Amino acid sequence: MAFEPVLTKGIGKLDLVDIEVYESQGGYQALRKALKQMTPEDVHNEVKKANLRGRGGAGFPAGIKWGFLPDDGRPRYLCCNADESEPGTFNNKMLIEYNPHLLIEGILLAAYATKAAQSFIYIRGEFKRGYETLVKALAQAKAKGYVGRNILGSDFSQEITIHRGAGAYICGEETGLLSSLEGGRGEPRIKPPFPAVSGLYGCPTVVNNVETLCNVPFIVDRGAEWFLSIGTEKSPGTKIFSVSGKVRRPGNYELPLGVTLRELLEEHAGGLLPGRTLKAVQPGGASSPVLLPEHLDIPLDFDSVQAAGSILGTAGVIVFDDTVCMVRTALYYADFFSHESCGQCTPCREGTAWTARILRRIEQGQGTEHDLEVLRSLKETMSGTTICLLSDFSITYLQSVLKHFEDEFKAHVHGRSCGLHAREVRSA
Amino acid sequence: MSAPAWVEKHKEKIEEIIARYPKKRSALMPLLHLAQEERGWIADEDIEAVAAILGETKSVVESVCSFYSLFYRRPMGKYVITVCGNITCGLSGAQELVDHLERRLGIKVGETTPDGLITLLVTGECIAACDGAPALQVNLEYCGNVTPERADEIIELIKKGEDPAAISDRFGIPPVKAV
Ligand SMILES: Cc1cc2nc3c(=O)[nH]c(=O)nc-3n(C[C@H](O)[C@H](O)[C@H](O)COP(=O)(O)O)c2cc1C
Ligand code: SF4
Repeated sequence: MAFEPVLTKGIGKLDLVDIEVYESQGGYQALRKALKQMTPEDVHNEVKKANLRGRGGAGFPAGIKWGFLPDDGRPRYLCCNADESEPGTFNNKMLIEYNPHLLIEGILLAAYATKAAQSFIYIRGEFKRGYETLVKALAQAKAKGYVGRNILGSDFSQEITIHRGAGAYICGEETGLLSSLEGGRGEPRIKPPFPAVSGLYGCPTVVNNVETLCNVPFIVDRGAEWFLSIGTEKSPGTKIFSVSGKVRRPGNYELPLGVTLRELLEEHAGGLLPGRTLKAVQPGGASSPVLLPEHLDIPLDFDSVQAAGSILGTAGVIVFDDTVCMVRTALYYADFFSHESCGQCTPCREGTAWTARILRRIEQGQGTEHDLEVLRSLKETMSGTTICLLSDFSITYLQSVLKHFEDEFKAHVHGRSCGLHAREVRSA
Repeated sequence: MSAPAWVEKHKEKIEEIIARYPKKRSALMPLLHLAQEERGWIADEDIEAVAAILGETKSVVESVCSFYSLFYRRPMGKYVITVCGNITCGLSGAQELVDHLERRLGIKVGETTPDGLITLLVTGECIAACDGAPALQVNLEYCGNVTPERADEIIELIKKGEDPAAISDRFGIPPVKAV
C-alpha cells in the first residue's frame, strides 16, 4: 500500500483553508481532546515521548526544548518560525498556503503545553499570499472560538499574532527572528542565554518551525505510539522533502523519514532529465555538504545523512546533473551568504564577501592555486568565531565541493573553463 | 511637515496593530508595511510618521527600515517584478529570463519603465519557489516556470492593469505536480 501522507493529506484536492472543510477532516479534534482530557503536562509528555525532532534544520527534539522554559513567573512566548528562506526549501510555504488551520491548531496545542501567554507567527515578507491566507484562517478560527479567550469554554486563552518580515534570510535564525519581532534590525544575539531562558522581550520563549508545529495535532490526536511507528527509530514521523534542481518533477513530497534518496528522486521526483547523469545532491539546504551518486541508497533521516558526511537540515534537496558546474554552485551560495550576512561579526561580513570575490575570479578563469588554499583554510577563521551559525554554514558546502570536485576547481584555475553552461544572475 | 495621509486614514488600524504586541516597538515593521502599501515605497515623511507614532527617533526607524530588502526607500513602479537569482532558479535559466525582460521592457535591473508601470529587480533571497524555477514575483505574487513566452504573457496582463493575484492564479506553481 502506498504511504499515506499526514501533514499534506488533502492538499491539491480539498480546500483546507476553509475551516469547515478542515473540520470535516478531523480538524481541531486534537485541540478539543487536549482541552477536555489532557493537562498541559500531558500534551508536553506526549510530544516528548514522540521524539518530535525540529524540522527547521537542527533536528532538536521539541519536547525537550519545551522543557527548558524556567518556571519563574515571567510570561512565556511561543514563536512559530515561518521565515523559510533556506535555498531549495519550500515546504513551509505549502503548509501555510494550503493547510493553515493545521498550523494554527499546532500552535494552540504547543502554546497550551508550554503555557505561553501569547503566540507569534513570524512569516517572511515574500509570503504575501501565505500571510493573507493565515489572516483569513485565523479570523475563521476566532469566530469559531478556537482562538481568543476561554477557548472552547476552557480556562485556556490564546492570541496568535502574525508578524510579517520584510526580506532578510537571517531573520530565520531564531535570535535574529526575535530581534526583528521586537521591532529591530534582524541581528542575531549571542547564545547563551538561549531563547528558552531569555527570548522575546527578555522572557522565556520557544521558537519552532512551521512543519514541527504541524505535527503536534496528530501526535495529540493519535498518540506518540502511532508517531513512533512511522519513520526510523531515532527520526520518527514524516518529513516533507522539497526536491528541486535537475529532476523531472520538482516538488514537495511527504514521506516517512528514512526513505532512501533513490526512492525520493526516482519514484517521487520523476528521476533525472532525459539523457542526463547524476553528479551530486544537496540533501538539506545551502549549508549541507554534497552527497554523491554512491550515496543514493542512504536513508534520509537525521543520523544516516550525518553519517554519510552531510546533514538532513531542512530536507530541501537540490539535484545537480552533469550539466552543472560545481564552481558555479559554490559561487551562488557565496553570493547568497555574503548578501545575507547581517554584518555584525567581522569574520562573517568580510569572510563571506571575500569568499564570493575569490570564487568569482576562479569561476572566470583568473584564480590561482593560492586562492584554492585560502578557500580550504576558511574553517580556521570563519567557524566558531561569530555570533550565529551563518558564518559556519557559509563554508560547509564549499569545503565539500572543494574536496569532491577538486578537478573542476583546478580546471578553472588553470585557465580552462569546465565547458559547462554557467551564467551569473546579475542583480542591480 | 504634516503627517502622511495614511496616518489619519488608518487611525484605528494603527491602534489595533500596536495593541497586538506586548511592547509598542514591535509595531515598527507592521507600520512600515502599512505605509508602503499606501505609497508603494517608503518616503521620508513615512519614516517620520512611524517614529512619531512609536515615540522613537527617526534614525531608529531608518536603521531598522534599511535592514530589510522589501522596504523600498525610492519610488517604485506600479508593478514590481522580482526575479529569483538564487541557485535553483539560476541553474534553470534565471539570467536568460532577466535578459529577456530587460530587452522587452527596455530597462535594466533596478530601473523603472518611463511610464512608471514596471520596476525590474533581481533578488539574492531564495523566494522558496524552486519547484517552479525559474520563478519571479509580481508585487510578491508568485509566477513559476517563467519561460520567455510566459514572461511576455505576464507583461501583457500587467499592461492591461490585471491584479497581481489574478496573474499568480494563472501563472503560479501548483502544490501537487501532475504525474
Ligand atoms: C542562518 C540561519 C537561518 C535559519 N533559518 C531558519 C528558517 O528559515 N526557518 C526555521 O524554521 N529555522 C531556521 N533556522 C533555525 C532556527 O534558528 C531554529 O533552530 C528553528 O527555528 C527551531 O525550530 P525547530 O526546533 O522546530 O526546528 C535558521 C538557523 C540559522 C543559523
Ligand atoms: S555570523 Fe554573520 S549573520 Fe550571524 S550575527 Fe555574525 S555577522 Fe550576523
